[in-house]
Amino acid sequence: MLISCPYCGPRDLSEFTYQGDGNRTRPDPASTDQQAWNAYVYDRVNTAGDHHEIWQHSGGCRAHLMVTRNTLTHKVSAVAFARDAGHRKSDRHRMSGGAA
Amino acid sequence: MVDVLSPLKPVWKPGTHGNTANGIGVVLTETQPGSIVQLAAWQGQEKKLLAAIKAVSALALPDGAGGGKSGDSKAAFGIAPGKFLIVDQNEGLAAIFSGAVTSEVGTVTDLSHGRTALRISGPKAEWVLAKFFAVDFALPAFPVGSGIATLHHDIFAHIQRTGAEQFDLYVFRSFARSFWTMLCHASEEVGYEVS
Repeated sequence: MLISCPYCGPRDLSEFTYQGDGNRTRPDPASTDQQAWNAYVYDRVNTAGDHHEIWQHSGGCRAHLMVTRNTLTHKVSAVAFARDAGHRKSDRHRMSGGAA
Repeated sequence: MVDVLSPLKPVWKPGTHGNTANGIGVVLTETQPGSIVQLAAWQGQEKKLLAAIKAVSALALPDGAGGGKSGDSKAAFGIAPGKFLIVDQNEGLAAIFSGAVTSEVGTVTDLSHGRTALRISGPKAEWVLAKFFAVDFALPAFPVGSGIATLHHDIFAHIQRTGAEQFDLYVFRSFARSFWTMLCHASEEVGYEVS
């Protein structure tokens, strides 16, 4: 699998480290909303198709990247610097406190 | 100046080796720069850092991913967004940059003792490097002066093309001896000279 780093260009998967699901919304660190933290830590969308992910180009420029990868085909359709993309608020994220 | 000690000394074998039936494919050497410095700009301060690099090293780097320049005694190239590796055959470059790069612009990290600089040159340099790194080393994709950051398994390497058939590699000093040994093995089939 190749990921095209916005800085380094196309590189082999072995240069990258998976940093987790990019669909999660981190609660305010001061929050004590247990359901929101539970959702952040445990709830996953388990997408079959295009999936938002965070990767780090740990074996290259070391930048954190927002990657859209198809979980069925491994096709990477979009890559951007995480710092430019900001936090992606996914409408597919489960609402805290409610049924999934 | 004190003598520079090389981590390659126990495996350093000057002369020609390998299959030299078709000539010398690559020349391997250690460039032993006095200074290796990493500079990083805070987001939005990249232009000021490029100006500081130009003021200190007289190298005007092109603005773009991996852009770089190399001269007789100095070289510089981009390794990441807002980050650059600057190399000088003379010692003391980090101290000079510490004066030129203010805390509002970015950071200066002295890697002089942390990296070993290897040079591979010759008609088979691209061929030999392609055995190690999954990167396009062809001249149009990797122009003279430009640089990259990549991996050979867990050995992190910064690579700058310093000539049409010449590359300078910066590897962690603790990995340098084993990496050098691998480089020699990979060069055997094309014939190599250590000098």
